[in-house]
Amino acid sequence: MTHIDEAPQPTKEVAPAQGREKKLPARDRATVITMVVVPLVLVVLLVWVPALLSVVLSFGKWNGFGDLDTIEWVGVQNYEDIFTIYPAFWPAVQHNLIWLGFLFIFPTILGMLLAVILDREMKGSRFYQTAFYMPVVLSLALIGFIWQLFYSRDQGLINQIFNSQVDWYGDPDINLWAVLLATAWRHTGYIMLIYLAGLKGVDASLREAAAVDGASEVKTFFHVIFPVMRPINMVVIVIVVIESLRAFDLVWVINKGRNGLEVIGALVAQNVIGEATRYGFGSALAVIMMLISSIFITLYLRTVFREERTR
Amino acid sequence: MTYETPVAVAPPATSKPVAPTRKEGGVLSKRRGAVATVIMALLALAWLFPLAWALINSFREYEYTQANGYLSFGGWTTSNYEQAWSQGNFGVHMRNSLLITVPAVLLTLWLSSMVAFVLARFSYRFNLALLGVFLAANLLPPQALLIPVFRMFREIPLPFFMSDSGSMLNSFWALILVNTAFQMGFCTFVLSNYMKTLPHEIYESAELDGASVWRQYWQLTMPLVRPALAALATLQVTWIYNEFFWATVLIQQGDKLPVTSALNNLRGQFFTDTNLVAAGSIIVALPVLVVFFALQKQFVSGLTLGSTKG
Repeated sequence: MTHIDEAPQPTKEVAPAQGREKKLPARDRATVITMVVVPLVLVVLLVWVPALLSVVLSFGKWNGFGDLDTIEWVGVQNYEDIFTIYPAFWPAVQHNLIWLGFLFIFPTILGMLLAVILDREMKGSRFYQTAFYMPVVLSLALIGFIWQLFYSRDQGLINQIFNSQVDWYGDPDINLWAVLLATAWRHTGYIMLIYLAGLKGVDASLREAAAVDGASEVKTFFHVIFPVMRPINMVVIVIVVIESLRAFDLVWVINKGRNGLEVIGALVAQNVIGEATRYGFGSALAVIMMLISSIFITLYLRTVFREERTR
Repeated sequence: MTYETPVAVAPPATSKPVAPTRKEGGVLSKRRGAVATVIMALLALAWLFPLAWALINSFREYEYTQANGYLSFGGWTTSNYEQAWSQGNFGVHMRNSLLITVPAVLLTLWLSSMVAFVLARFSYRFNLALLGVFLAANLLPPQALLIPVFRMFREIPLPFFMSDSGSMLNSFWALILVNTAFQMGFCTFVLSNYMKTLPHEIYESAELDGASVWRQYWQLTMPLVRPALAALATLQVTWIYNEFFWATVLIQQGDKLPVTSALNNLRGQFFTDTNLVAAGSIIVALPVLVVFFALQKQFVSGLTLGSTKG
C-alpha cells in the first residue's frame, strides 16, 4: 500500500500472483485484443472522434449541407459572437447556473437528509424509499408532461386551487422555477439512493462509539458520518454539475428551450435541427459545454481511480 | 440515456468489511422516531401525488372536468386511453422502443462485459487509461457531440433492408449504436469491479485445464456475474427506453420515433386535452414502472453495485 504512489499498475493488488502478465499464447492474445478493440472502436468513433471534430468545426462557418470544403474557416469568430452578440447565450448560462444552484440547495440536501433518516431502523422505511425513488425511473420528458397537469393555465391543478391564471410553463419569469420543481421531484430520489448506498459503508461501530461518548446526533453526523461519505459527496457534486449542464429534455418538450427556458444544451440543438443550421456556431457552443464538463469529469475520474487503488 | 448521469458510485474506503447483518444506522429515540415518521409519511405522499393525479385524471372525461373543474369527482371513462393509444400511435412507437432498447441493452452488456473481463482478469499497464476512456465518454454531454455524429450518420449509407431511410439518420441502428457507446462506461466499471471480487484461483485452475481466454470469459466468468448483469440490464432498459435527446435529433421521421420522444403527438396544435395527456403519460410510464416494481431490488442494486461490490 505504501508504494502505491510510484506504482503505475494499480490493479496489481487484485492479481497478486504475478506482477506483469506473462505472455499469453497467440490465440488468446488475439482474443484479448478483439475483446478490447471492438468496444473501444465504438466508443472512439461515436464519442471521442466527434468530440474532437466539434472542436475543429467550432473554428469554421458551415451550413452543413455542402461538402467539407464549403467550410469557411473563421478562427475564433464563433466564440466572439457567442460571447458578444448572441442574445440567448448569457441567459442560457444564467439558467444553467440557477439550475445548478437549485439542484444543490434543494433536492441534493433533501436527498441526503432523507438517506440519513431512512438509513435508521424505521417502520415503513422500504415504502418511503420506494416512494422517493419511483420518479427516478421516469424520463424527464415524461415528467414534463406529468407536471403539465399541475401547471397548465386552463386545466392545471395549481390554477384551479388558487383560482389563478398563471401560465406556469409559458411565463418567462417563472417557467424556469416550475421546471426546476419538476426536476427536483426526480432528482431527490436519485441522490437519496446514492447516499443510502454510501451510508451502508459507514461502520456501525464508529457510530456506536460516538453514541457512547455522548455525541449528539448532529455532531455524530458531521464528525463521523459525513467524513466517511466524502467520496460519495464528490460523486454527487459531479452528478449535479453534469446534470445541470446537460439539462435538455424538460425544456425541449415544453418549448424547445426558448422564452425563459434557454439552456446551453438546447441552444446547441437549435443550431443543428432548427430552421437555421449553423454548424460552426453550434459546435462552438458544444465546445464550451465540453470544456466545463471536462473539469468535472477529471475530478470524478480522480476520485474513482483513487478508490480503485485503495481497494 | 436519460439525463440522469449514470455515474458509477465509488465506494467509501471503509466499505470492505461490511458484515451482511449490519445494523441499520441505529434506532431513533421514541419521540424523534414519531416526528420522523410523520414527516416521512407526508413527504412520501407528496412524492406519490403527481403520478397518482395523472392516473386519476387519465380516467376522467374531458367534458366533465371542463364543466366541473378538476377538483370534482366523477366522469369516469376509459376512452382517454383508447384515444391516446390511437392518436399517439403508441402501437408503432412501443414497437420502435422495443426494437431499439433490447438490442442496445444486449450489445452494451456484451461489449462492456468483455472489456470488464480483460480489466479484471489481467493487469496491463493500460488498464486504468482504458477504463478512463469509457467512463469519461459516459459523462460527456451528448450535445457536445451532436453535430459531428449527426453529420456522420447522414453520410453513412445503409442498405434498404436495414433502414428505409437509406442512411444511418432516421434508422434504429443509429440509436442502438449511440446508446451503446454512451452506456458502456458505466457497465464496464460496475462489471469489472464485480469481476475483481471473483477469486483469482479459478482462472489459474482453468488455465491448467487448458481453457482458452474466451472460454474463461464466456463459460466461467459470465455465469458468475449473472446478478450484476441482471441488475445492469434492469437499469439499462429504463435508461435507454427513457432516452430522449438522441432519439429527438437523430430521428426526424415521425413514425420511427421511440415512445419517449413521441409524446409530443398528444399535444394538439391549438389546445391540449390534459386528460388525454395524462392517459398518454401513464401509457409511456407503464413499461418502466412495471420493470421497476417487478425488479426493484435489481434496479436499486444496479445503481449501488459499484459501492457495495454486489
